[in-house]
Amino acid sequence: MKLQLNGIAIDTDVTTLAALLDEQGFAEAKVATAVNGEFVPEALRTAQILDEGDLIEVLAPMQGG
Amino acid sequence: MRDFYGTTLTTGLMLGTAQYPSPAVMMDAFKRSAASVATVSLRRESGQDRAGQDFWAIIRDLNVHVLPNTAGCHSVKEAVTTAHMAREVFDTKWIKLEVIGEEDTLQPDVFGLVEAARILSEDGFNVFPYTTEDLVVADKLLNVGCEVLMPWGAPIGSGLGLNNPYGLRSMRAHFPDVPLVIDAGLGLPSQAAQAMEMGFDAVLLNTAVAKAGDPAAMAEAFAGAVHAGQLAAKADPMEPRDMAAPSTPILGKAFLI
Repeated sequence: MKLQLNGIAIDTDVTTLAALLDEQGFAEAKVATAVNGEFVPEALRTAQILDEGDLIEVLAPMQGG
Repeated sequence: MRDFYGTTLTTGLMLGTAQYPSPAVMMDAFKRSAASVATVSLRRESGQDRAGQDFWAIIRDLNVHVLPNTAGCHSVKEAVTTAHMAREVFDTKWIKLEVIGEEDTLQPDVFGLVEAARILSEDGFNVFPYTTEDLVVADKLLNVGCEVLMPWGAPIGSGLGLNNPYGLRSMRAHFPDVPLVIDAGLGLPSQAAQAMEMGFDAVLLNTAVAKAGDPAAMAEAFAGAVHAGQLAAKADPMEPRDMAAPSTPILGKAFLI
């Protein structure tokens, strides 16, 4: 399945957002997620089924003013 | 000092965490500024270098209140979604709400700002809206649930100081019980002192410290200015007048002509 992860095209076999985070190196990371522009809380990542072409955003703390 | 959604801050200085030459310099600046609040943001994380995780560890060690922002958001939906993501990551109801409406000045889109503030306030957020000195907009922000207002001093990163002292003075007078923070545009400690002398409760700045030649020294200078301005406001400043008034008593002056 082809997805966009933080604007970069990826190919994956996983089917849930939680599994994608593990696969892509975000295990136990302090991140927030969105799929197709909608916030997906941490508690719902396991139930969040991914579809072909989904746009995934994984955000983390960063410098800000 | 007025409290911010039930939190009393130890100092009236809120400091940003961006643009420092290094994390070590940023930490030093925070230490010497005694800032009570650090502003932070959310950006895309890489699963390889996990830079955000390291940054978060540094912020936690600062031992200050964390105020996440929605910087760079241009629509209500984008700002609201970012706020939700920030609440989960930073585990705080505080959100510095920015809905930018114009690229050259980064002026807030006050129509979108009020709408986003309404949605977030209803959802339990403590909204710190980055706004202009417009009294009508301020009133609408308070009506939708904001208990703090953050008018700009000048455009973000400009260092111009207080562009509209009249408007800011009016705002302070019009909302005597509302915590007010000057957010953005400060370049020098004297401008921070001016804001505090006018009765503002805090100033929020980033570039003026981070882009100084010696950020930690500038942070300390701002801390001194904020303290001086705050003290001066409490001390009830004299009214200015047009004509001179001798301070040395005339009575008892020698006749030497």
